[in-house]
Amino acid sequence: MSVGGEYDLLRWIPALPLAAAVIHGLCLGLLRQPLPRISTIALSCGATGLSFVLSFFALLALTRLPAENRVLQDGLFTWIGAGPFSAEAAFLLDPLSAVMILIVSGVGFLIHVYSIGYMDADTREDRGFQRFFAYLNLFTFSMLVLVLADNLLLMFLGWEGVGLCSYLLIGFWYGDEWNAYCGSKAFIVNRIGDFGFLVGMFLLFWALQDAGHGAIAFLEIKAAFPAIADQTVQLPTWLGGGEWMLATLIGLCFFLGAAGKSAQLPLYVWLPDAMAGPTPVSALIHAATMVTAGVYLVCRLSFLYSVALGASAIIAWVGALTALFAAIIAMAQTDIKKVLAYSTMSQLGYMFLAAGCGAYGAAVWHLTTHAWFKALLFLAAGSVILAVHHEQDMDKMGGLQRFLVWTRLTFLAGVLAIVGAPYLSGFFSKDEILLSVHLAGHVPGHTALYWIALITAGLTAFYMFRMYFRIFFGECRLPREQQGSVQESPRTITIPLVVLAILAVAGGVVIGPSDAFIPVIEDANSFANFVAPVLPAAGHDVEHGLVWKLAGLTTLVAFLGAVMAYWLYVVRPDHPEKIRRLLGGVFRMVEGRFWIDELYDYILVRPLVWISDRILYRWLDSRLLDGIVIDGTARGIRALAADMFKYSQSGLVQGYLFLMLVGALAIIGYLAT
Amino acid sequence: MTELPDLLAYVILLPLATAMMLLVIEGGARSIGGSLPSQVWRGLGLGASLATCVLTSMLWIGYDPTRIEMQFVAHVAWIPSLGINWYVGLDGISLLLMGLTAFLMPVVLVASWSEIQHSLRGYVFFMLFLETGMLGTFASLNLLQFYVFWELMLVPMVFLIGVWGGPRRIYAAVKFFLFTMVGSLLMLVALVAIAWLHAEQFGVWNFDLMTPPGSQVPALLDTFVPVADAPWWQTQSWLFAAFALAFAIKVPLVPLHTWLPDAHTEAPTAGSVLLAGVLLKMGGYGFLRFALPLFPSAAVEFVPLFFGLALVGILYGSLVAMVQTDVKRLVAYSSVAHLGFVTLGMFTLNVEGLEGSVLQMVNHGITTGALFLLIGMLYERRHTREISEFGGIAKPMPVFAAIFGVVVMASIGLPLLNGFVGEFLILLGTFRANAWVGTIATLGVVLAAVYMLWMYRRIVFGPVENPENRGLIDLGGREKAVLVALLIPIFWIGIHPETFLKRLHPSVRETLRVMEVRTELTAPPVPEPPRERERR
Repeated sequence: MSVGGEYDLLRWIPALPLAAAVIHGLCLGLLRQPLPRISTIALSCGATGLSFVLSFFALLALTRLPAENRVLQDGLFTWIGAGPFSAEAAFLLDPLSAVMILIVSGVGFLIHVYSIGYMDADTREDRGFQRFFAYLNLFTFSMLVLVLADNLLLMFLGWEGVGLCSYLLIGFWYGDEWNAYCGSKAFIVNRIGDFGFLVGMFLLFWALQDAGHGAIAFLEIKAAFPAIADQTVQLPTWLGGGEWMLATLIGLCFFLGAAGKSAQLPLYVWLPDAMAGPTPVSALIHAATMVTAGVYLVCRLSFLYSVALGASAIIAWVGALTALFAAIIAMAQTDIKKVLAYSTMSQLGYMFLAAGCGAYGAAVWHLTTHAWFKALLFLAAGSVILAVHHEQDMDKMGGLQRFLVWTRLTFLAGVLAIVGAPYLSGFFSKDEILLSVHLAGHVPGHTALYWIALITAGLTAFYMFRMYFRIFFGECRLPREQQGSVQESPRTITIPLVVLAILAVAGGVVIGPSDAFIPVIEDANSFANFVAPVLPAAGHDVEHGLVWKLAGLTTLVAFLGAVMAYWLYVVRPDHPEKIRRLLGGVFRMVEGRFWIDELYDYILVRPLVWISDRILYRWLDSRLLDGIVIDGTARGIRALAADMFKYSQSGLVQGYLFLMLVGALAIIGYLAT
Repeated sequence: MTELPDLLAYVILLPLATAMMLLVIEGGARSIGGSLPSQVWRGLGLGASLATCVLTSMLWIGYDPTRIEMQFVAHVAWIPSLGINWYVGLDGISLLLMGLTAFLMPVVLVASWSEIQHSLRGYVFFMLFLETGMLGTFASLNLLQFYVFWELMLVPMVFLIGVWGGPRRIYAAVKFFLFTMVGSLLMLVALVAIAWLHAEQFGVWNFDLMTPPGSQVPALLDTFVPVADAPWWQTQSWLFAAFALAFAIKVPLVPLHTWLPDAHTEAPTAGSVLLAGVLLKMGGYGFLRFALPLFPSAAVEFVPLFFGLALVGILYGSLVAMVQTDVKRLVAYSSVAHLGFVTLGMFTLNVEGLEGSVLQMVNHGITTGALFLLIGMLYERRHTREISEFGGIAKPMPVFAAIFGVVVMASIGLPLLNGFVGEFLILLGTFRANAWVGTIATLGVVLAAVYMLWMYRRIVFGPVENPENRGLIDLGGREKAVLVALLIPIFWIGIHPETFLKRLHPSVRETLRVMEVRTELTAPPVPEPPRERERR
């Protein structure tokens, strides 16, 4: 199967963070001997940093191969095998995973460095400095396994591993009941997605097995997939009946998994609550890396989705609606991390929209730029939060530009990148998505999708600038006694900010612009060309004129959004309150996030608990089965036996023997005591 | 083979022999007015169980995973006229479960070092007695011998619950006893019935499951059990049902499970560990070793029923576990759910499902055993098992919280830990058998996370509100050692299950092959001239 070649270095990319995590875990979990601060830092940051260096070498090794044959593999041992099923512990590097490992280890390393400063500033009693880094390392390992896995099962290992770390890190400050609750919620909602992942994996494997070659490794699945591409299945009538394409069904199962991990409708509810975790975690896990795993999964299985057009259309629509829905909610939030969380959801929606329209390259490209600018925004927000003593409500900030020079500049870079200011990274990736949606004639309702995406771009500009102005402009709304103590964060924080800001601003121009924008550069489109062998291209020949036209339109809409924010929050700061009163209930609904959490609670959680407790446990188990049937029978027999033994002594011989044995043992036991 | 070949018999009998020896010495000491110090009992008890564990690991090493047939076989005539023999042997399935038993025993003895204070001598005696019962059950290849061990095991367990248990121990012990008795009585009847069929077809009584190597005597697996056209008590369906009832009570399958929460909750920690770890596996093992191969057509016929019961077990067990307020009861109901998976895998009747099922039995033994030990450690400190009494334990007891966390994740089925491998293979096999059943069973994966994380969060996280939890002391060296011993297989099976699976591959295939061969039997085999009989 191996086409490109073996590359033994691959295993070390995830192994290094794992080793660090194991050392931390043994020190903390078992020996209760925390390492000194400096060793912790050296171990954790060193492992992730080395992983990044190795990833870079791996990329170089990959690029040395001919473009159509860029695959490197590294197999360790058979992990689980039974019957025809066999899943290897093996890693696969192709352009898609190469992009991912660079993001994970690169952005991950910056966030490790940032965390030093951030966690130092935490003054709680049990600040768990080392515990934090242990979790971060474990996360990095899991995420690297997820993207490097050569088969679905190993990918699922990483998939669950990142879920575990997300759980642990959201509830990192476990002393607060709420944090622990949010962590559990994230894990459980993700498990619903995992259900889809597992079902999809089983269906796919057995379908392939029936077609002659059961496979679980990506390359083999890809090779064997055409055999089942046209298969259909008959659904039972209670599911609406009808012939379904098997590929569509499998695709939808995997998308359920993706929707859980990447916080899409209707499984998004955990992401906003995940903001209970420390801010570096939000940046790493809930913005740059883990939440994009769903997008990665869809792109990894792009050979399936490009056949399963029904599933793709659903993905596109779910993505678009999530993008819009989250952007609307983001406009009314005042917690800056919540705004960023909804913004992440919204941007992930863009990625799914692109993938659903067949533009997998655009999805991964936006994933990359998003990793830069959203990590940047979160980290900058964290810097703000530190400066104002763990206040997250932007209504209580304002006027911070005087104090936080670096933070403000980098934050602005992030805002400009996400709204798609020309020639910043977000500009290229977002325009590519809008372009491919515009051209995706095969997706039902693609015009509507385009308009949704366009409107969302405007809303994005509005809520991002709203947040920017509320934090840094106007008068300072902090309590007076705190105003004096606001100061810029330490270097370990500002340096990662600056690096990410550079990427967010210039990264797009350097590695991946569409050739429409920069005709002078020979190798434009380099990102798209790099991933093209793995990800089927959308395949349109585009006129440069159209590209310019669409880009201009998006930029105009975003500009309008920004101007609106400026007018409302800087020029006429009294207006928002008026609008709020004018909108009344509608506003409260948006502010209350459409009360979806409450809805789930009332229609799902509570009834389930009630039925389990009252009907299943108390009534069925305790009263009926145990009380009436069992104890009742026992009482009945006792009553009967009382009568019977008067007349007859003949029971079963077996019973007598047994009673004798029991009696003998009872005597022995008594003696022995 | 007339000699007792050594190793396997030593493994099985060593604990009982030690117990008897201690008893004799104690009796001697009593008769001269003295007494054997209880520490000697305890020390020798632990020594015997450790020695058994070492001997079992020699079995493990000596076992050749490439061979299909039974290994370490010993066949000694006991009551030849009735065909009752001392007949033991191991295949991969028995080996794994015996390994589990021999491994758990010293662990629980060390774990209960400080818990059991009164009647220590009796406690050690019954524990050793129980160990022989369990090991013998897993190694018996003679049906009546199996039955004897099966019943022997029941007695010490009843006493362990009834003497060293919690406040409602008598009720729980009697309930456990009666439930199991009802099932085993029926099994005894069915067992005699099939031996009778055998005697009718071959002219001799024989309770051997299969023909031992070197012999040509037909055994029970050569017996033709009619599917129809016979008196009802001779048909596969009824005989299977009788066996199945005994095994289903032990597993336990809903709705025969209500003895379990009481027995688990009232038993002392060691009792709960062995109950969950080993005794519940008897049911699954019985299905695999006896009920399925002997009555394959009936088994196939009953598949829908058992799929249904297994699914109910998974969902029902999880949902009821979710609303428990007592930790031990919660874990007991989670056992119902986990054993539902085991049953499901067994009745897929394919390689993936069966291997997953056996592995999951081992996994459940280790993981649930560890959970009970952890709860026991908490109980020793606080003397309560109410979840609401705890909260914020991670602060005073960080090591406890960390290990508890790993075990909880193993129980949820997180990859790289043991539970995942078994669950995954079971689901894989189930999807082969029936995709709808598989889909519903996969929901259990979601529910497991719900009740386990809920419990973990309520106990370990949150603020320390109850002042009694503030001064709790973290795990000591002995407790850590016990738990680390259990963590090793948890990680081992999770990371490299092939160590265990490769011992199962041939045995599981052989089980399925025997089933297939016997399904095709349509009439009693004509006895062939002995020399031409092929050895299996």
